[in-house]
Amino acid sequence: MVMPWALEMTLARPNVKNIVLVEGVRTPFLLSGTTYSDLMPHDLARAALQGLLHRTAIPKDVVDYIIYGTVIQEVKTSNVAREAALGAGFSDKIPSHTVTMACISSNQAMTSAVGLIAAGQCDAVVAGGVEFMSDVPIRHSRKMRKTMLSLNKAKTLGQRLSLLGSIRLAHLSPELPAVAEFSTSETMGHSADRLAAAFGVSRVEQDEFALRSHSLAKKAQDAGLLQDVISFKVPGRDIVSQDNGIRPSSMEQMAKLKPAFIKPHGTVTAANSSFLTDGASAVLIMSEEKALAMGYKPKAYLRDFVYVSQDPKDQLLLGPTYGTPKVLERAGLTMSDIDVFEFHEAFAGQIMANLKAMDSDWFAQTYMGRKSKVGTPPMDKFNLWGGSLSLGHPFGATGCRLVTTVAHRLQKEGGQYGLVAACAAGGQVSDTHPGGVFWLIVLLKNK
Amino acid sequence: MFFLTNLWTRLFNLIYIWYVINMSGTHVNYEVKGDVAVVRINDPNSKVNTLSIQMQKELTDVMNEVWSNNAVQSAVLISTKPGCFIAGADINMIEGCKTAEEVTQLSQEGQNIFEKIEKSPKPIVAAINGSCLGAGLEFVIACQYRIATKSKKTVLGTPEVMLGLLPGAGGTQRLPKMVGLPSAFDMMLTGRNIRADKAKKMGLVHQLVDTLGPGLKSPEERTIEYLEEIAIECARGIVNKKIPLSKEKGMMQKLQDYIMSFEMVRNQIYKTVHGKVMKQSKGLYPAPLKIIECVKAGIEQGPIPGYLAESQNFGQLAKTTESHALIGLYHGQVTCKKNRFGAPQKEVKTLAILGAGLMGAGIAQVTVDKGVHTILKDTTVSGLARGEQQVFKGFNDKTKKRNITSFERDSILSNLTGQLDYSGFEKADMVIEAVFEDINIKHKVLKEIEAVIPPHCIFASNTSALPIKEIAAASKRPDKVIGMHYFSPVDKMQLLEIITTEQTSKDTTASAVAVGLKQGKVIIVVGDGPGFYTTRCLAPMLAEAVRVLQEGVDPKKLDALTTGFGFPVGAATLADEVGLDVAAHVAEDLGKAFGSRFGGGNVEVLKTMVDMGFKGRKSGKGCYVYQPGLKVRDVNPDIEEILEKYKMTPNPAVSSDSDVQYRLVSRFVNEAVLCLQEGILSSPVEGDIGAVFGLGFPPCLGGPFRFVDAFGADKLVEKMRRYEEVYGNQFTPCQLLLDHANDSSKKFHK
Repeated sequence: MVMPWALEMTLARPNVKNIVLVEGVRTPFLLSGTTYSDLMPHDLARAALQGLLHRTAIPKDVVDYIIYGTVIQEVKTSNVAREAALGAGFSDKIPSHTVTMACISSNQAMTSAVGLIAAGQCDAVVAGGVEFMSDVPIRHSRKMRKTMLSLNKAKTLGQRLSLLGSIRLAHLSPELPAVAEFSTSETMGHSADRLAAAFGVSRVEQDEFALRSHSLAKKAQDAGLLQDVISFKVPGRDIVSQDNGIRPSSMEQMAKLKPAFIKPHGTVTAANSSFLTDGASAVLIMSEEKALAMGYKPKAYLRDFVYVSQDPKDQLLLGPTYGTPKVLERAGLTMSDIDVFEFHEAFAGQIMANLKAMDSDWFAQTYMGRKSKVGTPPMDKFNLWGGSLSLGHPFGATGCRLVTTVAHRLQKEGGQYGLVAACAAGGQVSDTHPGGVFWLIVLLKNK
Repeated sequence: MFFLTNLWTRLFNLIYIWYVINMSGTHVNYEVKGDVAVVRINDPNSKVNTLSIQMQKELTDVMNEVWSNNAVQSAVLISTKPGCFIAGADINMIEGCKTAEEVTQLSQEGQNIFEKIEKSPKPIVAAINGSCLGAGLEFVIACQYRIATKSKKTVLGTPEVMLGLLPGAGGTQRLPKMVGLPSAFDMMLTGRNIRADKAKKMGLVHQLVDTLGPGLKSPEERTIEYLEEIAIECARGIVNKKIPLSKEKGMMQKLQDYIMSFEMVRNQIYKTVHGKVMKQSKGLYPAPLKIIECVKAGIEQGPIPGYLAESQNFGQLAKTTESHALIGLYHGQVTCKKNRFGAPQKEVKTLAILGAGLMGAGIAQVTVDKGVHTILKDTTVSGLARGEQQVFKGFNDKTKKRNITSFERDSILSNLTGQLDYSGFEKADMVIEAVFEDINIKHKVLKEIEAVIPPHCIFASNTSALPIKEIAAASKRPDKVIGMHYFSPVDKMQLLEIITTEQTSKDTTASAVAVGLKQGKVIIVVGDGPGFYTTRCLAPMLAEAVRVLQEGVDPKKLDALTTGFGFPVGAATLADEVGLDVAAHVAEDLGKAFGSRFGGGNVEVLKTMVDMGFKGRKSGKGCYVYQPGLKVRDVNPDIEEILEKYKMTPNPAVSSDSDVQYRLVSRFVNEAVLCLQEGILSSPVEGDIGAVFGLGFPPCLGGPFRFVDAFGADKLVEKMRRYEEVYGNQFTPCQLLLDHANDSSKKFHK
């Protein structure tokens, strides 16, 4: 019998500072095109930052650095971290930057923060993520852009007129961002459907999992467990204080939907996929020393993480299967040591496929070069407060929600170790890190 | 009561399955899943499924079971062989027939089976993954519904025409009804493969299924299983009337059907297609004309005359020399796609190419997408840039045609390193030089290379005429020196001629063949000597062509005579393509090596042209004037003067159109036979493949050796003797040809 403190010791690395999660908040996640529709991304991010300031009451000048993750960038605020921080009243002396890594962008923001603290650069870092799908950059066609840029340089009226005269109808068709992989032109949903088929995940299994997600989220919401959600007075609109995508339905209702991507025989539908969401999140990460010195009661240790990537075509969404054994081995743990699992639910089919892959010796041996399977997380520890399918999935903001939820669940359920997994794919524009997965072990501070 | 019936059905099914599995043959078996019979085909003795006699018999038996089993409402036809549905009829079965009547009977049997399939009271869903060609396609278009995977290996087509045959199991009758007259003609007359997405657009298949990646089974296995699951659902849907079999026709389709309802319009189409075929085939290939005839009979006179025309013409075509020649080439190509030297000790993972000219860049292009790190070295920045652009363009064109994605293009090109120095050569497993054809330059390059490459590295020369032995003379390790003669344009021409010297080691040869096969080439391995095999055969023919020009035949007429004989490219155009400077160079070199036998036209004609800057297509002027963007080209007016200067008087006895053709061809053929006699060639098969795929020898003749067999060596010798009287030893038949002429039982091909 290994004592819990002994395990904690093994997870603490020699010569590396203990790094803790002090607090995590998020704006309510709303279906895109609803109450947030007239905002801009940095407005949402600012709301999350202000919420964090309010919760922690941290003096603004203690924060050493701010990092935000986002996927679809609003071109006017390409460093959205900086715009949001200034608006939230942080000192203009605090440097901030923005990262992007598809659906794990805010995970990247958090691990960057961990890196800065571990390297001794900072003691307190705010990390977060924001996604705003109510408005996306729709561009003029390349031809039109070229003409417009030439127009800037045109010197005489004649030159301008001849350029304007060269505009044809084809120039006017806009370029829309697609939720597709740049390298394969395959949309996420299409890929998820193929993945589900490859693992023989049925439509019913997917609908059941989606229903579970919505039911659990509803329960958690009603019980007031989603403490990370802050109220947000939307300029010109009401005060928003709840996620609005949680809609438990019935299997019969869900069975009526037609496949959304692969027609007519596909299994991924609107009801078993995550929906387009607006939202922002923020966490305060500090060195344990500093946190304690300031009188904080940290929520969790941030112990370890692993990024992996695979073939962007056929294994795009299989990251969790590859990442699990790696991160567990690094930490010297096994599946049974983990008390709380939070997996990002991009599609019900993708979650089920990963669970099947993790339960397959053949897959482990053939594709992962392992002797045996890693095993599946028990469902009574898995996403118990809902997930991206029901709470919503603002791409850039989901990572912080997952980590904060693990910390809160560990406190509530009284566990030792929590595990976060998320798969990410090429984002909507041109993400070049397809098939990444992010794993983080959160260890409850048990003092 | 309902329960009881149900139980009975299930019991009956159980017994039935047991029975079927026990009686099922080796090629076809079937399983009843609920009310759907899943018929699975897989030929255990071959890499591909073919509709052999055995397969047909087992299929017929199984289908009879399906029809008589009351528990079965519908059927799914699927292949469990990865990458292949049915690749066609068994060629050996057709070749095994002694008479045209026997082949006609085969065709009728096929027609009968597919008629039963078409009239099946229980809907049959064809689930297609992999190649579905020839009789395979005729099979699926007789089925009620077709589902295909989007796999790159899934292709549909009617390639019979390429074997001098026609789709003989109902294809000429059903295809026009299914995809319309123009598309049906296009498919059957070109024989081209159609990918799944295109097939869906054409209405050839109803539904597409994605291929799957890794899952709980291998991707191939699971994809087939997935396809089967969808096909079963689909079969049930058809029975339940949820999936309609007749599709609502679109506006365009209705319009097309309306237009096609006029006999005048259809006649115009037949006429146009006939005209096109005649123009392209010069009437040398009977199959395309017969295809038109069969389609016409079916549409204009009805199914009975249509099917009759199809089976009879199929029988006749199978016994034509053209079909024999084309089937011979098919077999030859299969032979030349194998490495008879075994697996090399070391796989080539890094290939360095010297010279980024047309050839060098072409070789890089066919190498870089095979996962081989390719170094392309030139001496100048501009030369290198041109070469790299050529490679880029090759793949970018594929991107534009949507054969590959831009991502795949970039990823492929990441394997290419363009450079001006020898860095990285220490890791090269093989170096192919494609520098200027000058023995001194080749020696210089060889010495430089040997100073930097590792000991195991092979040195290959892409020379078209310089003997490899002479090149190897400068080498410290002649066992690692070999010739790899590519043809221009490298990405289009299928042939690779590999030349070994007495010193070349077997492993070096095995490695060169392995690289060539990886590059997708059809390979002949020949002995060393001036001009090896291909250049040596071409040179006397070109010498004769120059003489013909000097005798006052203009280039256009010369081209017409050669294409009229079946060459895809006329002799004058060919000279322009090869480059007149190269032709002059080769003619001079080989002239020195072989003496007066290689005479005929005056080499000075070519030299003068080169001196005036007429080097062929690459210089814009040669026998013709080439203008960018213009397809029509005129004879170069300036060469008339040259030809006038070197004018020769034709001898009317040997100057008829036919005689000119045979003068050109007999010199080619005689030299080819001599190469076999001297051991340059190791077999007539390689001789035929080399001539057809490298030099465009008429495919309908099947290559020089098959031509001699079919035409008769004695008749050819007779003609050559006549020309010999006028022109001398250039037309003296070689001993081996004489042997064949003296003994009519001697044949190059059994």
